[in-house]
Amino acid sequence: MKLKLTTLALGAALAAGPAMAELVFPSLSYRTGPYAANGIPFADGYQDYFTLLNERDGGIGGEPIRMIECETGYNTEKGVECYESTKGEGALVYQPLSTGITYQLIPKATADGIPVHSMGYGRTSAKDGTVFKNIFNYPANYWDGASVAIKHLLDINDGSLEGKKIALVYHNSAYGKEPIRTLEELSEKHGFELSLLPVDHPGQEQKSQWLQIRREKPDNVIMYGWGVMNQVAIQEAANIRYPMDQFIGIWWSGSENDVRPSGAAANGYKSLTFHNVGDDFPVFADIQKYVVDSGKAAGAGDQIGTALYNRGLYAAMLAAEAAKTAQGIHNTKALTPGQMRDGMEALEITEAKMTDLGLPGFGPEFQVSCENHGGNGLVAVAQWDAAADSWSLITDFVQSDQDVLGPLVAEDAAAFAAESGITPGC
Amino acid sequence: MPEQLAFALEVTANGLMAGVLYALVALGFVLIYKASGIFNYAQGVMALFAALTLAGIMDGQVPFSHLINAIFGTDIHYFGWNVPAFMAILLTMVVMIALAYAVQRLVFRHLVGQEPIILFMATIGLAYFLEGVGDLMWGSDIKSMDVGLPQGINMWIDETTFETLGYGFFIDNLDIVASIVAALLVIGLVMFAQYTKQGRAMRAVADDHQAALSVGVSLNFIWILVWSLAGFVALVAGIMWGTKSGVQFSLSLIALKALPVLMLGGFTSIPGAIVGGLIIGVGEKLFEFLIGAPFLGGATENWFAYMLALIFLVFRPQGLFGEKIIERV
Repeated sequence: MKLKLTTLALGAALAAGPAMAELVFPSLSYRTGPYAANGIPFADGYQDYFTLLNERDGGIGGEPIRMIECETGYNTEKGVECYESTKGEGALVYQPLSTGITYQLIPKATADGIPVHSMGYGRTSAKDGTVFKNIFNYPANYWDGASVAIKHLLDINDGSLEGKKIALVYHNSAYGKEPIRTLEELSEKHGFELSLLPVDHPGQEQKSQWLQIRREKPDNVIMYGWGVMNQVAIQEAANIRYPMDQFIGIWWSGSENDVRPSGAAANGYKSLTFHNVGDDFPVFADIQKYVVDSGKAAGAGDQIGTALYNRGLYAAMLAAEAAKTAQGIHNTKALTPGQMRDGMEALEITEAKMTDLGLPGFGPEFQVSCENHGGNGLVAVAQWDAAADSWSLITDFVQSDQDVLGPLVAEDAAAFAAESGITPGC
Repeated sequence: MPEQLAFALEVTANGLMAGVLYALVALGFVLIYKASGIFNYAQGVMALFAALTLAGIMDGQVPFSHLINAIFGTDIHYFGWNVPAFMAILLTMVVMIALAYAVQRLVFRHLVGQEPIILFMATIGLAYFLEGVGDLMWGSDIKSMDVGLPQGINMWIDETTFETLGYGFFIDNLDIVASIVAALLVIGLVMFAQYTKQGRAMRAVADDHQAALSVGVSLNFIWILVWSLAGFVALVAGIMWGTKSGVQFSLSLIALKALPVLMLGGFTSIPGAIVGGLIIGVGEKLFEFLIGAPFLGGATENWFAYMLALIFLVFRPQGLFGEKIIERV
């Protein structure tokens, strides 16, 4: 028994030792389960970028990166278990990759002083950094997405949506309901009629919703879907011959997985995005050279350049840049989660910086501050070309309607602060 | 014709079609339960596994390629050929028969005489095992299912109803094909059970497996046969649902749509599965159209299907066509 205890203690000491000298980035991935097809490319992109930094640059600021991958299966309980089992390893930032897991981690991570980056998901009002001190959701959130969808529709309708009908087809969950309040406010502002069409999980059967769309003939359909719901919705839209260029999905309804099953019928479908698409960026040559060719790629290397791979890569890039910022602020290479939080709060992404990283025009320029943890709310629209089997951006990154969203964020954050006993401040 | 009535008729027609698709899944449950008393929790995963296998064979995918590449450091994914749909369906059926054989020999043969709950638990294990094997064999990416089935609005129905009723009905060509296939499947299964030696043996086992055993019927063979038939039904369901949504791991969740159908139609009746599917399909669609969407905010179909099944259960606990259990002291 004594020998066992000694071995255990020695093992623990050895395990704890190097962790303090590395920058630890957990990856809460879902490579199994019903949503694995979406989880794999994101996890590959996230991991490959950090591998690139290790192999090419020796880490961040000369400090090596250690990735800890933990499988959540897109299950909230498993996600929380992953958090609990990895936070002691010196984890610098968590990307929960699920709105459900994010909601569970908001109080836990805040209490533990570990930052959470819910990029394009999670609680929208986390944008208010005076209340959500450890939670960040830059560069854009669900409400930004809804607002930019309407802005795009304004653009293609000569600046007016007066008298138009817009339908929201949404996953009947907290995530899917996120844009409703925003769209209701925007419908009052722009004079369009909004109809709401919830789809129950998992969304394999949507005949009722699409028959209703066929009857009511909305001018545009916006979708907040996930998983199989996306593929079925796009197929049903094609079945009723709904014009695909009038159909626009949030970024979680905008991967290759969502459009490919419908084949040519999905041509012209639009999706919102807060990062660029494709693999025509210098960084991908480095990934090929330092990661794929050296056999260190996270997956089979077949996901590179897909929408979700790019999202994972973008998330890793933002985390690495925040770590660099933190190293600069605190004049240290090894970071604590608190220092990482400071780096995230002072993060500034400029075009010059992205160009230096081999990612020119890959994402919007934005700046994070104590008051604003959500960035500038810049979102672009991508369109699917079925023949070319690729997405292409059809707009610049445009800013959401801050006049409408600002008060909504403040209201929701204030409600959270009141119920959680938080005193807002910087 | 008043517009609302035309809409209701269109919804009813689509409900019938959706019901057929639910019934296709329910049929697999019925076959196994009727012959062996096992509630096969893995039926939805079998549909997924069959569809994955079919799509993989058609695309010329190398099974277990990720595993092979990880172990041997190779980079193989495809054989470089495409298999025609009909040939791929036959090959998939061979895989499903092999699966039925393995399930019977390795699992259920050792559980003969166990409590139903033990058998049920075994099928839960089988479901997760099959999901994992499917993932290892064919990968997690979403695959297209293209066996040449037509999809999209049926123009003839659209034009005819427009001319006669003033409103063109939407009926999906895929749903029409599914209805024809389901009808053929039920006729085939009933004829097989009534007019073939193996079918009669299957019915004998379903009635009383000890009596069947005493007159020389091989239980092992019959159970492999039944699991193979359930595999075939799963393949048909996998093709139909996979064509609708692509082949992906959510496909296993179609089992959730079959449960209210079974509760309503009875666990032991093939016609019950069909009638139950039709009632659930029409009921949930009409409720959504008349009450759910206008008054309750929509998305009522999932819970309404179960509520409808529960109402039927109150009056007929064995389901509409299920066998009434009479136990004498």
